[in-house]
Amino acid sequence: MTVDWSWLSAHAGDLTTLTLSHLQAALTAVLLGLLISLPLAVLAHRVRPLRGLLLGMSNVLFTIPSIAVFVLLLPVSGLTRTTTVIGLTIYTLVVLLRNTVEGLDSVPAKAREAAVAMGTRPLRTLLTVELPLALPVIMAGVRIATVMSISLVSVATYIGDGGLGQLFTDGFQRDFPTPVVAGIVLTLLLALVADALLVTVQYVLTPWTRRPRTSGRG
Amino acid sequence: MTICSQARDAGKGLLMIKFDAVHKRFPNGTTAVHDLTLELPEGGITVLVGSSGCGKTTTLRMINRMVDPTSGTIRLGGKDIREQDAAELRRGIGYVIQQSGLFPHRTVLDNIATVPLLLGWGRRKSRARAAELLETVGLTAEAGRRYPHQLSGGQQQRVGVARALAADPPVLLMDEPFGAVDPVVRIQLQDELLRLQQELNKTIAFVTHDIDEAVRLGDRIAVFRTGGHLVQCAPPAELLARPADDFVADFLGAERELKLLSLTTLADVPVQPATTVRTVRDDAPPPRPGSGPHLVVSARNEPLGWLDPDAGAAGPPSPVRPLRDTDSLLAALNESIASPTGLIARVDGAGVLTGVTSREAIHEQAGRRHQQAARTQLTAQKTAPATQKTAQKTAQKTAMETAPENGPENGLDTTPAPGGSAPGGSI
Repeated sequence: MTVDWSWLSAHAGDLTTLTLSHLQAALTAVLLGLLISLPLAVLAHRVRPLRGLLLGMSNVLFTIPSIAVFVLLLPVSGLTRTTTVIGLTIYTLVVLLRNTVEGLDSVPAKAREAAVAMGTRPLRTLLTVELPLALPVIMAGVRIATVMSISLVSVATYIGDGGLGQLFTDGFQRDFPTPVVAGIVLTLLLALVADALLVTVQYVLTPWTRRPRTSGRG
Repeated sequence: MTICSQARDAGKGLLMIKFDAVHKRFPNGTTAVHDLTLELPEGGITVLVGSSGCGKTTTLRMINRMVDPTSGTIRLGGKDIREQDAAELRRGIGYVIQQSGLFPHRTVLDNIATVPLLLGWGRRKSRARAAELLETVGLTAEAGRRYPHQLSGGQQQRVGVARALAADPPVLLMDEPFGAVDPVVRIQLQDELLRLQQELNKTIAFVTHDIDEAVRLGDRIAVFRTGGHLVQCAPPAELLARPADDFVADFLGAERELKLLSLTTLADVPVQPATTVRTVRDDAPPPRPGSGPHLVVSARNEPLGWLDPDAGAAGPPSPVRPLRDTDSLLAALNESIASPTGLIARVDGAGVLTGVTSREAIHEQAGRRHQQAARTQLTAQKTAPATQKTAQKTAQKTAMETAPENGPENGLDTTPAPGGSAPGGSI
């Protein structure tokens, strides 16, 4: 299997467009997933009976095969980017919802109690105490969801979208390996770069987790 | 129903917190607080003690509406607390919890600035106030830039106290604040709380299960029994001398007479002139054999140790712990047992020898003190203002005070000034 370098240079523009389109689909899905799972996670965290229900539902959604999801969405949103994004968003929920709930669970009870006892109202407690302290666990979920979405975008090729995934169908149909290899490498790179960026974001947002513990008695 | 009847006589005489027939039953059916009527006067420390599950923490948490009573009313400064918005009420009440409850994601300075920020003081003013409090509780500006997990347990508790004091609330609620630190640091923190209280004179409700802590800190002690019953509320001396029932007596422990002595100072015990004991200057030749025990003194006449020339080979003098009028009878009794002559060396504020007191005189005073405490009527008990008592207690520092809570290498701890009267003294 040889790579046709001239094909690559001739299609540099297409590759860039596909990469950006791929990234856009994945990131939109993760952002939407976050927007949906944050309030749901708060609800699941506060209202015990809802917790099992919401987490169970996200698990069930996750088990639907991805192609089936796109097919089911066709009557609703057709062969569009919207269908791709909705499908991907559904898959991010299982990770984002669970990690956000677990992140909220990991907030030290004493810190929450102190915030309330000092007269912090519930919304402010959530935004300034609970979410920041839950951030490391939430970010772990965001990283998984992002990498997962980037790899999953290609499936949307079946409905005429799919970003870099189009390179795979193109390569298979013409029995020409170069686009397939390019698609795999670019998807991998995209996932690695996105993950590295998220690690950096987390590092910047959670300064308290990186200062060393000083030795001290009592 | 038990009423803390001494309450009105203490402090400034104004009522700060008043529980009136308060019941708390939790949804699972347990009664946490049973028909509580309790009055906490303005100024002074009221300690709520009892074994676990006796309702003391629930009682405390009802004051800032962390728990709402099932029935009854609680008034703060004459106003029913349910008439106020819970969040606003809480901003006016300092709260210190066990293991400090600091926000791990905020620097020490920002932790302290929490309530001022909630009150809308603005970031700059809140931070300035926090920096000021950092100093008040004996931490360096450098500590302010750290995160809580980078401080020792004792330092974290200091930050917890500073955070509670940030908006200068008249009332402080403290829920076993020193429960998670080791005994040496705990005593240090207790002493510094007393010193701070002497300056600030807050109304403090303090929960503990440690009776020694209660006796040490309390201007009044409220003893709770399982099931949320308040059994007795009285100043520590009265509680120790006249426990209301066997439950309180058991709770106070077998050494309650000795605890009582820890509350009494040496001031009323007569001093015999220094001439009744042979003294020898530390730079003078040692006394001849057969001349009996001598008190070794410095050139400034400060007691240094006991020296008995007949006790065999000339070793170093046995140690002496000079006692001031503000020291406790318990400390004096302890010292008299250790002293080879049965005498204790009395000194003035500067540490200069003023005279001696015999074991017998201390015993006599101790017995008198006990009878007096047992006889005294409830109302006459509390005559000394809370602050005066605090002063006594603060002065009863033990050698433990100087034990470093943290190695000097990190430079975070400031050693408290002896005597503790310096303004802005550290906690």
